[in-house]
Amino acid sequence: MAMRNARALAAAFLLLGLAGAASAAERYGLGRPATAAEIAAWDIDIDRDGRKLPPGSGSVAQGHAVFEAQCAACHGARGEGGVGDPLVGGQGSLASAKPLKTVGSFWPYAPTLFDYIRRAMPMNAPESLSADEVYAVSAYILNLNGLVPDGAVLDAHALAAVRMPNRDGFVPDPRPDVR
Amino acid sequence: MTRDPDDPPARRRFLVQGAAAAAALVGGRAQAEEAAPPAIPAWMKAPGADVGSQTYGTPSRFEADVIRNVPKGLKQYTSASSRTPLQDLDGILTPNGLFYERHHGGIPDIDPARHRLMIHGLVETPLILTMDDIRRFPSESHIHFLECSGNPGFEAIKGKTASDLVGLVSCAEWTGVRLATVLREAGLKPEAQWVVAEGADAAALTRSIPIAKCLDDALLVYSQNGERLRPQQGYPLRVLLPGFEGNMNVKWLRRLNVTAEPAYSREETAKYTDSMPDGTARQFTFVMEAKSIITRPSGTQRIAPGFHEITGIAWSGRGKIRGVQVTTDGGRSWQEAALQEPVLTRALTRFRLPWTWDGQPTTLMSRAIDETGYVQPSLSDLTAVRGLKSFYHNNATVPWRIAESGEVTNGYA
Repeated sequence: MAMRNARALAAAFLLLGLAGAASAAERYGLGRPATAAEIAAWDIDIDRDGRKLPPGSGSVAQGHAVFEAQCAACHGARGEGGVGDPLVGGQGSLASAKPLKTVGSFWPYAPTLFDYIRRAMPMNAPESLSADEVYAVSAYILNLNGLVPDGAVLDAHALAAVRMPNRDGFVPDPRPDVR
Repeated sequence: MTRDPDDPPARRRFLVQGAAAAAALVGGRAQAEEAAPPAIPAWMKAPGADVGSQTYGTPSRFEADVIRNVPKGLKQYTSASSRTPLQDLDGILTPNGLFYERHHGGIPDIDPARHRLMIHGLVETPLILTMDDIRRFPSESHIHFLECSGNPGFEAIKGKTASDLVGLVSCAEWTGVRLATVLREAGLKPEAQWVVAEGADAAALTRSIPIAKCLDDALLVYSQNGERLRPQQGYPLRVLLPGFEGNMNVKWLRRLNVTAEPAYSREETAKYTDSMPDGTARQFTFVMEAKSIITRPSGTQRIAPGFHEITGIAWSGRGKIRGVQVTTDGGRSWQEAALQEPVLTRALTRFRLPWTWDGQPTTLMSRAIDETGYVQPSLSDLTAVRGLKSFYHNNATVPWRIAESGEVTNGYA
């Protein structure tokens, strides 16, 4: 309540005192401040540099077990695809007549693999894997693509250090490109 | 040159095609005679259904086949799409129940009393807003199209109907608050360049929106065509980015993270990027370029020689439609179609051209020109630049082939 009053006061000062900024700063006093704890609980965004990756770790071997239990039914026993997208292979295929876009051939950043698995996978139970399990299954998928060794254990630092083959494969939008 | 619709050969040919063909499209005297009711029909001899017999009205039972076009035999339907039956609709507004769908984690069932929007990141005051809070902001209503970026792909364009080909576009009047208003309520810090929007669906779908769009015409929408959003369109709250590809218009919106950089989420790296022949992929391909399609006559319909109004829809993510040209001779000549007012920015625009079919096989096609002067390209012009693997942002002209029988088919198939 005190915070809300302080905010209302600040808004009033803005309106009264900063006439020049009033059009940009007009506020309605709606909503309430989000606490740091609420933001931490809601915010699951991991940027491409992995700066917000959570504590925890997982090995390729652990990831193999998680993958078989949680992922293989849709993505195939070794990530070859099925109901779900293929996750493995395709490196070197992007400029061919049959590009195969997978984690290994196409994804530019390893930390966003963690982001996507945590937020959206497995499709029937998203946000059900622990941070350790997400690290582990990320490690296993990267290992299947030959991007980390069999003995790899990934944590925030190690995952962010994985350089993806197609990191520089994206270009800005040049449209209109056809006239 | 033009054959009279009542001349005997044409009339006879039309009649032998039977009731199904008559129901398909053409009207005219022959159909009227066959389907004529008695002078005093039964529905005039007794009262009809009571007032309020439907507390939420539905279409006539005779329109039961005007439904979403749901692809058959998909591997799963959690992350999939269904299409608007464009060929069955008039005007520019898509009925809410027929609005196209694209979901990435199914359709959540959200109690608005338990829904919150969080705004955090590079803001002065991180906020949590209830739906009641959001509806208290000054509101606006605007008519805009929404289109899936892959509508259709570049390969195997084998659909039969207008809906099969480009049914991942719809148009509605959207009501909500300007995103800029809500962001200013939290107070943007000077380094704010992007807003990462997240949905409250099972995909927690995430896209990054450039701040310029957020402060321009972006809306946080809670109503569509006058009523609250349908669950399929993001109930209780969604982002609406006029002219930008559909998946960026995050549905079931629950979080806006104001950032200095894009999220580079899966949806804007591995998924909604456009692969080029050299192996690179175009990224942040936001705008839906100018496009049009003839919806009548269109694929699977059958026409009789004589008068027809050619009609269809045109739209551009860059602004208003300036004109639509129609060819009735396979591209040898083009005529200017009439545009139905209102012609609105980033909205479907209805076009019409009167035409008399002489019964000879031909091909119909439309091409849109938007207010920037951009002309809708042919598929070959597009693929010459982009190859066949970019999948998204195919805005090519759509040819409808008309056979001597009057049958209309996909000119690409």
